[in-house]
Amino acid sequence: MAVAQTKSDNRLAALTVTATGWSAAPRADALARLQTMGLPQRRDEYWKWTRPDTLSAVEVTPAAAFTSDEAPIFDGVDRLKIVFVDGVFDAEASDDLALDGIAIERLADASSDIHWAQGLYGVLEQNGQNPVPRPLAALNTAMATDGVLIHVTGKPSKPVSLIYRHVSDSSDAILHHVIKLDQGAELTLLENGPAAARFNKVLEVDVADKARFNHIRAQGRDHERRAATHIFARLGSESAFKSFTLTVNGVLTRNEAVIELTGDDAIAHIAGAAMGDAAKSDFHHDDTVFVTHDGERCESRQVFKKVLRNGATGIFQGKILVKEGAQKTDGYQISQSLLLDGDSQFLAKPELEIYADDVICSHGSTTGAIDETALYYLRSRGVPKKEATDLLVLSFLAEAVDEIEDDGLRADIVDRLTSWLDRR
Amino acid sequence: MLEIKNLHVELEEEGKQILKGVDLTVEDGKVHAIMGPNGSGKSTLSYVLSGRDGYEVTDGSATLDGADLLDMEPEERAAAGLFLAFQYPVEIPGVGNMTFLRTAVNAQRKARGEEELSAADFLKVVREKAKSLKIDADMLKRPVNVGFSGGEKKRNEILQMAMLEPKMCILDETDSGLDVDAMRLVADGVNALRSEGRGFLVITHYQRLLDHIKPDVVHIMADGRIIKTGGPELALEVEKNGYADILEGA
Repeated sequence: MAVAQTKSDNRLAALTVTATGWSAAPRADALARLQTMGLPQRRDEYWKWTRPDTLSAVEVTPAAAFTSDEAPIFDGVDRLKIVFVDGVFDAEASDDLALDGIAIERLADASSDIHWAQGLYGVLEQNGQNPVPRPLAALNTAMATDGVLIHVTGKPSKPVSLIYRHVSDSSDAILHHVIKLDQGAELTLLENGPAAARFNKVLEVDVADKARFNHIRAQGRDHERRAATHIFARLGSESAFKSFTLTVNGVLTRNEAVIELTGDDAIAHIAGAAMGDAAKSDFHHDDTVFVTHDGERCESRQVFKKVLRNGATGIFQGKILVKEGAQKTDGYQISQSLLLDGDSQFLAKPELEIYADDVICSHGSTTGAIDETALYYLRSRGVPKKEATDLLVLSFLAEAVDEIEDDGLRADIVDRLTSWLDRR
Repeated sequence: MLEIKNLHVELEEEGKQILKGVDLTVEDGKVHAIMGPNGSGKSTLSYVLSGRDGYEVTDGSATLDGADLLDMEPEERAAAGLFLAFQYPVEIPGVGNMTFLRTAVNAQRKARGEEELSAADFLKVVREKAKSLKIDADMLKRPVNVGFSGGEKKRNEILQMAMLEPKMCILDETDSGLDVDAMRLVADGVNALRSEGRGFLVITHYQRLLDHIKPDVVHIMADGRIIKTGGPELALEVEKNGYADILEGA
């Protein structure tokens, strides 16, 4: 990534869009927006707990790739694989992109002058820039080198699986995906892997009426990698959006989600389970979520759980905005951390902003240590202290993990968590 | 055989003395009951024996078949054959009852140098034992004690006891919060486990549990000591006259 940043925004001004075809216009627009808003700064309210500098600096901070002899996650799942290595598409490792009910194309290949993604690429991202600017997402729209454009017209027989391998210590990847689900269409999207030493990813999802989108993501186990990811989703009437993210390790992760329920009777669930140990390298994990209710009788859930130890840091900034007229909204938000020692910290800013008068909205945020009574109970049954602690960690994460609907995929995630507790 | 000698225990933080010299021996195959008024130290005794944090033993000893219990971690005491059925079983969301049971059974087997039970063998045994306690498949699948009724929680304790096959079982007010039918079910479960090699220490406020689990010996505890020991008739006396007479006589 040849992105420049200095204290002044002069170097931002030097950036140019080189893509041709339909995406040139939204990219140029995003670049202009970025040049106006500037890169995130420490003094920005939205970045007060997470240092943005290494996410936007010219130079990538090197990060060693994590190697393990275990089978990659989702390996046992029948799926359509699309592989990126350090952000570069790997045709050989990927499956044929043809599948009934779905049209998949690479962003880098889509150079025609007219394209269905035109009305979405950078559009949902731009919608999500208000009221809070998200410069790294605009940067992504302008400079993304590749990604996938997925048009879902039916109900494909298997999930689409994006696999992000990290090989080079100094890799820097910017990927931008657009997913459009037609009315009544369904898709399960799997994502796994760290992608690069530094990864900037945007996922724009347009869920039409009565469509369903399931998303399960695991961000790899690399200790030193950095990631800034954004999900921008727009939901039509009676549609469903469910997203779960598992994060284990990673020196810096900022996962933002901006979800807008525009139709009536739509459902949006977004959940995250993070497990961080700062013993080997720093662990800083930031979930920043903004859910807007604009339709009636919609339901949203935010469930974020973090297990932190040895000086790890967890951040949660979550908001539910209920617009005027979004009556009968049912909004729920919970963010919790389990601190396994006194060195770790959790900072949370849960927010509700409600302009309708007939809604149910609740939010809660807690931070605590392991439950000593539960630990004693397990040990009194003969379970050694470490195993008992591990069980209680899984227990703590369960509410987030249970957001995964598919039994097999959920079991896969639980198995991983269980084995990773042993070998961090 | 559980042998408690001159056991003195303080609350670690407050330094308050709770047990003031408890002497008690529970032989294999016998059921001993401890009754006593609130605050007499009955539950403390069960916690100290099972290794709960927060208590300091200032004097005395407690051994199970000669092994020093007080020197062991809670999990080691369990592996040595001690089991405490909790007065308030703990809810553990997100951990399946079955997973919990299997983890516990295999952890103990491992600690004793025995081979771990395979998933299939375990399933067979647990289903059989659950059935006799009227614990259905759903209760086995649900998270440990979460959403269980009072009776279900206590039956779940007895199921754990049945699966772990301890040498010495302590029941801490297992009858509390149970209706008559639930109590009978729990008592039947306990009675089914009575055997020559297994001792029981049943802590209760009321005689009624002892109608179902017939004790060999009844102890009255007050102010941190065993103040009277007798046969089953002692429990009947308490039921009839309360503790006042006994306390005065002591």
